[in-house]
Amino acid sequence: MRHVYLVTFFVAALLVSILGLRGVTFTRPPLDVFPEWAFPGMKYQPKFRPQAASEFFADGRSDRMPPEHTVMRGMLAEDDHFYRGKDNAGAFVRSFPSDLTVNLALLERGRDQYAIYCQVCHGVSGDGNGITLRYGMGSLTTNGNYHTDRIRAMTDGELYNVIVNGSASKVMMPYADKLVPADRWAVVAYIRALQRAQQGTAADVTDAAARQTLGIQ
Amino acid sequence: MSNIFPKSANKLPLQIIIYLGVLVGIATAGVTYYMTPKYTRVGYAPIQPVPFSHAKHVQEVGLDCRYCHSNVDKSGHSNVPTAQTCMNCHSVVKSTSPLLAPVRESYEKGTPVPWVWIHTTPDYAYFNHSIHVNRGISCVECHGKVNEMDTVRHVQPLSMAFCIECHRNPESRLRDPKDVFNLDSKTLAEQGRHQEAQEYLHNWKVKAPESCSGCHR
Repeated sequence: MRHVYLVTFFVAALLVSILGLRGVTFTRPPLDVFPEWAFPGMKYQPKFRPQAASEFFADGRSDRMPPEHTVMRGMLAEDDHFYRGKDNAGAFVRSFPSDLTVNLALLERGRDQYAIYCQVCHGVSGDGNGITLRYGMGSLTTNGNYHTDRIRAMTDGELYNVIVNGSASKVMMPYADKLVPADRWAVVAYIRALQRAQQGTAADVTDAAARQTLGIQ
Repeated sequence: MSNIFPKSANKLPLQIIIYLGVLVGIATAGVTYYMTPKYTRVGYAPIQPVPFSHAKHVQEVGLDCRYCHSNVDKSGHSNVPTAQTCMNCHSVVKSTSPLLAPVRESYEKGTPVPWVWIHTTPDYAYFNHSIHVNRGISCVECHGKVNEMDTVRHVQPLSMAFCIECHRNPESRLRDPKDVFNLDSKTLAEQGRHQEAQEYLHNWKVKAPESCSGCHR
């Protein structure tokens, strides 16, 4: 009987030494301890998950592009002003869409989105001094410095259009897949706020406590 | 006639039963330890087609999670970034690096980069990213400190027990909304802001489902 226990012990020790302990880093695909052939379940269903691979379609993707001349449900985007920043004549608009209220909440939303997507290149204050500059992307004069006459003169619709389609120089690529239309307008509003902030004078500070902190008489 | 079996054979049935008991004990311990995602999935760090370092892009460049995973707060599926997202910078920065060849090829031809999927759920479990991050559950709760990883490593089991543990006690995992994408931040409970956690729980109507149909349908 002693031998049986010894053999059992060595077999167990062998298995532990082969399987290892929990939490060890490994690169091979994870073990499936309840494989489908032994435990048929619904772990792998004949359905497509987002961004998954597919052997059915020639391009190997489960995600499909909408066929030409079709519109996805809820994606009609009829309002040219709101969705493309253009008026009926096709010119860039000089105002915000009427169903959008420019208030503090919109600016806060714009600031959040700006910090995620724009700040990397355009910098915290919109002067083009973003982190990418340190990696050799562009220069202070070309990195979309918002405080130049060229960009200050751009209409709201033009700014919106740059977010959707990228810059004319093609250095900035489109951000339409990242920012939904309402957020694009929020970012445009925040860009205007950044531009206004650089044009400020001492007379703009009306709060008494703030005046004292800044040393304005 | 009397000496076919030695006297010790009288004990044999009992010894066999005891041995089987020990064997079942070892098997139970083995199954408990090994046949769970804590062993099979934790530590999975596959070799990716592009050796992308999250640590570099988050800590050195300062990118927000949402710059690339831009749909995480808008949709149930947190997207792997498009090739264009990489090219936003890498069309200029390191634009000839051989390590980035798969990304350039994907951008030019529209074919997918064959990223290896690390964190996944079985097809019968429906996890919604946006509902979690928009209500104070940070990325770090399930994905670990990806901001410190050069190679992404699976650190949590993502088993049903793991989900349920939090669903039974969500207030212990809530973060301030502005800390959700800061993976180094602390939960409200860890900061001792229990009162605020309770307020968020109430205001956001956090009712983490514990019923089957909450996640399985």
